[in-house]
Amino acid sequence: MGLETDLPEIPVLTTTIEKVVTWSRRSAIWPVTFGLACCAIEMMAMASSRYDISRFGAEVFRGSPRQSDLMIIAGRLSRKMAPALRRIYDQMPEPKWVISMGACASCGGVFDNYSIVQGSDQVVPVDVFIPGCPPRPESVLYGIVQLQKKIDATKLRAS
Amino acid sequence: MDVQPLIDQLSALVPGVELSPCPSADTEVTPALWVSAAHIVPVCLALRDTPGLEYHAFSNVTAVDHHPRRAPRFDVVYHLVSPHRRARLRLKVQLGLDQPIASVTGVWAGAGWCEREIYDLFGIVFDGHADLRRLMMTEDWVGHPLRKDYPVQVRKDAQTYMPLQITADEFRANMERDRYSRTRQK
Repeated sequence: MGLETDLPEIPVLTTTIEKVVTWSRRSAIWPVTFGLACCAIEMMAMASSRYDISRFGAEVFRGSPRQSDLMIIAGRLSRKMAPALRRIYDQMPEPKWVISMGACASCGGVFDNYSIVQGSDQVVPVDVFIPGCPPRPESVLYGIVQLQKKIDATKLRAS
Repeated sequence: MDVQPLIDQLSALVPGVELSPCPSADTEVTPALWVSAAHIVPVCLALRDTPGLEYHAFSNVTAVDHHPRRAPRFDVVYHLVSPHRRARLRLKVQLGLDQPIASVTGVWAGAGWCEREIYDLFGIVFDGHADLRRLMMTEDWVGHPLRKDYPVQVRKDAQTYMPLQITADEFRANMERDRYSRTRQK
């Protein structure tokens, strides 16, 4: 039944530390609860049962940046919000990743005016940009899978 | 709705004021008046304190920029409510560029943030306001974005750091006070 029937005679697997570490990192990407605008509604839909982000281990939206690995910038980032966003990003422990969700967060979208930051990569380093206005939950799931692939390909380096 | 009785009453209460009816689309609900800029505070005081008028509640104050179609380019628009009489009133004041207006924070304290917002976005100065700082934009911002001659697209680096507005000691004192109140509730 299950895994037990296929166990080798000596129940040991050999692997590399790098593979184990990246596997554990990408299997539990906990996002910080941080919604800026209407994209956050799609982000919440992605967390609910219909789209079910927990299939990818990322359903635990943490209330504290100190417990999170991922920041989804969901919505337009205003100039007054940029210092707060940067502070939340700085409070997250390493390793951390950022997804820029939707047109507004990625490039300002239709709000090409004085109040909106034209691209959140001016404020924080972004790993994955998701297009759409707003992106459907499937798109955000795809973005998270892309991020998982990126984490899988990360080499461990002694810094 | 006929505003002429109100104009007559206010003219008797505030000497020297120039009042005229202002056409508005919702005049049945919110009649509107033009008020001369120099008399806005006495007019507001009369509207608040006169029995039978009793506009105790200040709804909001906003501004309109008519540049370049009109010579005194700004309108400052006050919305008042009388909860007892179930009546509303709109006051409009015409202002030119760089022309200050008296603050109504002495009449309704709640006008303070609205006037700060107007100062920030239109650059209209309110004389007598206790704390006239920018509200929406960052404090080092140049220009007033809702003026019609302000550029639509602004290329400027986003500010990524803002100092905390309390010291570390104040923060600790806040935490201690919070902890104390929580233990008291048990």
